[in-house]
Amino acid sequence: MNESFLFGRLTLGALPLHEPILIGTFIGVALVGGALLAAITYFQKWGYLWREWFTSIDHKRIGVMYVILGLIMLLRGFSDALMMRAQQAIAFHGSEGYLPAHHYDQVFTAHGVIMIFFVAMPLVTGLMNFVVPMQIGARDVAFPFLNNFSFWMTVGGAMLVMTSLFVGDFAKTGWLAYPPLSGIATSPDTGVDYYIWGLQVAGIGTTLSGINLVATIVKMRAPGMTLMRMPIFTWTSLCTNILIVASFPVLTAVLALLALDRYLGMHFFTTQFGGNPMLYVNLIWIWGHPEVYILVLPAFGVFSEVTATFCGKRLFGYSSMVYATLVITILSYLVWLHHFFTMGSGASVNSFFGIATMIISIPTGAKIFNWLFTMYHGRIRFELPMMWTIAFIITFTIGGMTGVMLAVPPADFVLHNSLFLVAHFHNVIIGGVLFGMFAGITYWFPKAFGFRLEPFWGHVSFWCWVSGFWVAFTPLYILGFMGVTRRLRQFDDPSLQIWFVIAGIGALLILCGIVAFLIQIFVTIRRRESLRDLTGDPWNARTLEWSTSSPPPPYNFAFTPVIHEPDAWWDMKQNGYVRPLRGFKPIVMPKNTGAGFVLAVLSSIGAFGLIWYIWWLAAVSFASVLAFAIYHTFEYDREYRFPIEKIIQTEDERTAMLAQRS
Amino acid sequence: MIKRDKRACNVKKIVCCGLRLAVLAPLGLLSACHAVVLEPSGEIAEHQRNLLLASTGLMLLVVVPVIALTVLFAWRYRASNRHATYQPDWDHSIYLELMIWAIPLLIIICLGALTWVGTHLLDPYRPISRVGAGQDNAKPLVVDVVALDWKWLFIYPQYGLATVNDLAAPLDQPIEFHITSSTVMNSFYVPALAGQIYAMPGMQTRLNAVINKPGDYAAFSANYSGAGFSGMHFVFHGLSPADFRHWLDEAHEHGGALDRDTYLRLAEPSQHEPIHRYNSVAPDLFEAILRQCVREGQSCRRMPGTMGGEDTQP
Repeated sequence: MNESFLFGRLTLGALPLHEPILIGTFIGVALVGGALLAAITYFQKWGYLWREWFTSIDHKRIGVMYVILGLIMLLRGFSDALMMRAQQAIAFHGSEGYLPAHHYDQVFTAHGVIMIFFVAMPLVTGLMNFVVPMQIGARDVAFPFLNNFSFWMTVGGAMLVMTSLFVGDFAKTGWLAYPPLSGIATSPDTGVDYYIWGLQVAGIGTTLSGINLVATIVKMRAPGMTLMRMPIFTWTSLCTNILIVASFPVLTAVLALLALDRYLGMHFFTTQFGGNPMLYVNLIWIWGHPEVYILVLPAFGVFSEVTATFCGKRLFGYSSMVYATLVITILSYLVWLHHFFTMGSGASVNSFFGIATMIISIPTGAKIFNWLFTMYHGRIRFELPMMWTIAFIITFTIGGMTGVMLAVPPADFVLHNSLFLVAHFHNVIIGGVLFGMFAGITYWFPKAFGFRLEPFWGHVSFWCWVSGFWVAFTPLYILGFMGVTRRLRQFDDPSLQIWFVIAGIGALLILCGIVAFLIQIFVTIRRRESLRDLTGDPWNARTLEWSTSSPPPPYNFAFTPVIHEPDAWWDMKQNGYVRPLRGFKPIVMPKNTGAGFVLAVLSSIGAFGLIWYIWWLAAVSFASVLAFAIYHTFEYDREYRFPIEKIIQTEDERTAMLAQRS
Repeated sequence: MIKRDKRACNVKKIVCCGLRLAVLAPLGLLSACHAVVLEPSGEIAEHQRNLLLASTGLMLLVVVPVIALTVLFAWRYRASNRHATYQPDWDHSIYLELMIWAIPLLIIICLGALTWVGTHLLDPYRPISRVGAGQDNAKPLVVDVVALDWKWLFIYPQYGLATVNDLAAPLDQPIEFHITSSTVMNSFYVPALAGQIYAMPGMQTRLNAVINKPGDYAAFSANYSGAGFSGMHFVFHGLSPADFRHWLDEAHEHGGALDRDTYLRLAEPSQHEPIHRYNSVAPDLFEAILRQCVREGQSCRRMPGTMGGEDTQP
């Protein structure tokens, strides 16, 4: 490939001017994006956004921004899903469908990468960021600046992946980019480079955010909150972040090795000179399997909080829940090989990993029973978060069962890589993670913004998502039994078509669910006065975050609470807690800073330079990142005192709000 | 009119098929709908199917009660039902907790035992000791399989034959597949015959299987391998011994020679490759493919487990 000094491999030919679908998408994105930017400019909100949000080191605002990022990327990832469903529904009877291999193969790769890294991860990280410090009675995370930096690195990675839509190609390798297919010999274009550097930039953010939250939970709990008095969501967050800290470096390393193969002609994963592509497969799943639990453990935490709150009852088997979480955390490292039983490891190796996988279903089963017995003798209010929880228990139990079926190696030999597998992991990721995130978003929305989500459109969204999920994925289970493998672009057997059509209808139902969710947000904002939460505790909940106002003041708690029980706020309510109205002291708070944003932008530009072989750009960006980071360390004035008058004013306003309610 | 009938028939088929799958699949009574994984034609795939159904049955023992209890509790303890018991502080019961850990544990112990035995018995590397109900072993048919971009090459070393995208085997005779790939990873899968195994460049995997019912079976690569992946399928013929001899004769009559140059031309990426047959095969071609030294002057990859001094052209 020709390279110029100034632009590397980047030429005008990299713009997809010959692909009508992409031109249409680009025009759409440009119109919507342009309108948004114009609106912000017209209402003069740039200063507000920059000062109050982009540079914010407040864990609550960063959490909200993570969730917004996740929801925006959900729209992109879901468009990919719709395109795949449409292609597979029409590519029969000798038809090529409407997507050529070149495009279709990028679509399914991007779908997987985006949904895992830029939808599920930001949603999970966002919820943890928002909730955990408040649940443990802290004023912020341990390293507030790092938190802002992590967020912008995640955005940088997402932007790189989005750029590949309009400048060059994305990877055509499947979401884990197995070599030799992802090697330079078989994938010479920029696709895999976008993949590598997008994930490296985002991965730095994720790893740092993991370190940050572990430090926060370990060091910053309110007095009296021993480990066994932490709320379950905090417990699952702790385990998730330990998993992040321990497994993301593996991903970083394996992608770095792949980059060395591609850029410097090394042979870690090629088939020559002693390289072995199967090492990559092992390494990436040593990250990849814990990743599954990184996503689902916080969702389990959400369900635990939601179940206890809406059943009006203490969570059944608190310690059993904690130990189950820990067992899952440890076992999640011992099962990676079940993703490739078919590689030809011996029977004993396969049995070991198969049985280890099954053992995970024991603590998971215990968790399900714990939620079940929390409902038993409870008084269940069927608000939306609780409905998501019930839908989760039923859906996830089936997903768990199909997972254990795949864990039996001889059964995996006949179902591996089939649409049965695709149906299984969507069953646990949609039914587990996504339902959990929707439950969590609905549950904590009033805490974040001071008003509840409007319930009618929430119900519409709920029913569309749940029914849509089953209509979309039951056919895939059946197709798996019919021996249909994944990632196919066209089909010969006409009897399969009807199942793909049904699956497509399911995807359209899910589309209705997403649209209803967007309408719900819109209607909520319009009707926010009637949905306002004056008490700070709209659900009569149990944990500390509900003891502050909604939305909470920047400092979360005027006085650090003292903890006697896992359900700290419930305990305070039961024992006639009186909110202190005097004796406030000034609070030292970290200052906002734009450094995280700047560093992330520079890193992303550097990554773009590496992707297109624009070496001078990569070198300049790398040098600037270092220089700016060093410069930032000389910034000594990082804190400010939150003035006592403002605390008194804030707390008086809350007193007035509480009085208004009664 | 005919079209409408067809559609009505289709709808009926789908409903029928869906119902059968939903109701009967777990019981192993499925017969229609061509769910090939659940109604295979080879001994190995049949055992794999049985194991799949047995493990599903075991898990349903706990899954069904959990779902039923979820629905029951959700209904019974709804807030509007003021007759239901309400114990806001009840959060522990040693018997219940023992039970919720013990029941899944017991099921996993059974399933684990089943898995251990099944995995060893159905290890794809294990030679077939029994080719079907009440039938003894016979000398296996050896087939060397090479996944190319994007077609399959089959070499029959015992008969000096090779074919592209065309695989046949006689009924009730063990088949021993030696599998590799030329460039990227694929997975060799004939659902009616036996489970899949990866085809990896520079490496050899093995699969032992047997076909017990005559027929033409769909077969394909089950691991995405690039642009031509969708077209990387072929038909596997289960033939009676007489038909298989006939098939061999035909290949002998119509084929050309597969020497190293022909192979290198064949290995160039191509899609939807028609069936080719070759009635002679260059000696040691499969080993050269495996060790990635088919081209003149390439040095051979050292295979894992072999000692030094073998870096020569076979």
